[in-house]
Amino acid sequence: MAIKVKVMKRSKGRSSYVRATLKGMALTFRHMAASAGDRSDVTIQYPDQKKELSPRWRGTHVMEQHEDGRPKCVACGLCPTICPANCIKLVPGEDDQGNRYPIVYEIDEFRCIFCGMCQEVCPVEAIHVGNHYENAEYSRTNFVYDLDRLMAQTHPVTLLWDPSDPAGE
Amino acid sequence: MLQPGTIPMYQEVTGNAFYIASAIKVLVAFVVVLVVVAMLTLLERKVSAWMQDRLGPNRVGPGGLLQPAADGLKNILKEETNPAEANRVFFTLAPMLSITPAMITFAVIPFAAPLPTPWGVVPMILADLPVGILFLLAFSSLGVYGIVIAGWASFNKYALLGGLRAGAQMISYEIALGLSLMSVLFVAGNVSLTQIVWKQQQMHMWYGLALSISFFFFWISCFAETNRLPFDLPEAESELVTGYHTEYSSMKFSMFFIAEYAHVLTVSMLMATLFLGGWDIPILQRDNMFGEVNGAWLGHAPAVWVTIVTFLAFALKTFFFIMVFMLVRWTVPRFRYDQVMDLGWKIMLPAALAAVVVTAATVLALDSAGIPMERLYWGFVPVYGLVLAVVNAVMLGAVLWVMDRGRTLEGTGSMEEKRRIAREAARARAQTRRVPVAANARQVV
Repeated sequence: MAIKVKVMKRSKGRSSYVRATLKGMALTFRHMAASAGDRSDVTIQYPDQKKELSPRWRGTHVMEQHEDGRPKCVACGLCPTICPANCIKLVPGEDDQGNRYPIVYEIDEFRCIFCGMCQEVCPVEAIHVGNHYENAEYSRTNFVYDLDRLMAQTHPVTLLWDPSDPAGE
Repeated sequence: MLQPGTIPMYQEVTGNAFYIASAIKVLVAFVVVLVVVAMLTLLERKVSAWMQDRLGPNRVGPGGLLQPAADGLKNILKEETNPAEANRVFFTLAPMLSITPAMITFAVIPFAAPLPTPWGVVPMILADLPVGILFLLAFSSLGVYGIVIAGWASFNKYALLGGLRAGAQMISYEIALGLSLMSVLFVAGNVSLTQIVWKQQQMHMWYGLALSISFFFFWISCFAETNRLPFDLPEAESELVTGYHTEYSSMKFSMFFIAEYAHVLTVSMLMATLFLGGWDIPILQRDNMFGEVNGAWLGHAPAVWVTIVTFLAFALKTFFFIMVFMLVRWTVPRFRYDQVMDLGWKIMLPAALAAVVVTAATVLALDSAGIPMERLYWGFVPVYGLVLAVVNAVMLGAVLWVMDRGRTLEGTGSMEEKRRIAREAARARAQTRRVPVAANARQVV
């Protein structure tokens, strides 16, 4: 078989195998020299360092509470209604003074899409999405956060809009 | 060069001291080699990470230094799978066959200048075989049996393909390897590696410069022999899963892994010895020593500091080659199979053969002209080495020019050309075999 080669019409500098190989090796060597000794500045050492979250980051929910430990939720039923993933379960109750409160309030974090509409729709600013994302569990049932667990969350809540400029203008 | 008898007499160790010294050397060298191989696996991961702007393993120990230990522990504790259809005997034998030659070849490589002790001078080589290079060639080519047997015994089509590729590749490149070694052997006039180091010191020039084309071919062949990346067709991940060790797990897999890095280390040490003067330190004359020949000490007197410094020089040269191995692995993509065969048979074999002939003619001419290898003309010009270097540099330049710009190795552009020719041939064949049709039938082209 005759060795017939089609060499593309390119300048010598660009079509030379030897030069291209050496150029590539120089490139990898430069990168190696730049980050030798673990000096890479693009890597975040995740469990040790964490990236700072945006204040608008929507993560694990938080239920705000009064000073006496009661949830701020008035069981109006807006959040289960607006929830597009249908992950909020609410059973409303009413006490002797006629105050409504949630008997059961559960959010399935596994099903939640973290759109933050529950927080937007809440009339008393009780339910919030929060700046938190590490919610791995060993079983599916553990992803269903009940009222106590939602109130026990300590991470900061999400600012869905800038309080000084609520319309975003 | 000092003549025998002009310096205090030194004698190599004999008798019981020899046995004790050998035992200590074997133990220390084996442990050092194993540790270095383990560290190479870490170095490879670190270097590749740095090249890709990552950090690499850094969780186990300071800077990830204990990662090889963790890997080893993991591999020992992991479950060992034996495919039901695999040939149990050969399946188990293959990793052993792979790792043993890789571990044995260190024995004949000198790693430092001889060390003086109160019991005599200890040569810093495990076994100074008079057939050093032949031993090395024999054992390094045994390594392919492990791979081929592994591929065959696994009862896996990918493994079999990997094994076959390894066999074909090794045979193809062993020829160029052997041919490029021939120049070294006849310039040195000996096959013992201590002699080759000594001859390079005498010539005042390393063979890497004097026999640059052999160096180049040897280097390429070494990549192929170790199955490192431009030639890693036997385990081509994107084509063959992982090739010959697809079915291997736990410590058996680990043995293939260790064998690969042991090969890299051997080959780097070998290249350092053959072409970069072994433990020789450039310019410095004090380290030029050979050893005891017929009761006379040849070369300068041995000293402890010389041994240490020469060992460091040897380690540095080896490290250089290892780094180049890694640099190339993480830069150059894998060859296509036909390219590997083309390079081996169509370029390297004839070119290496021609290089041997030309180098031999040059050596013959130099010898006939009566130019001694050791002599420095005008005090500093090693004419013998320089002539060889110029001749080899011209040949190397020619080879590089031929290999460059796709003059011999075909690129993808030529594949299109091939396809076009094949299409035309098929069309012509179809024309000749066309059944005559009725005159009023529509012509289909």
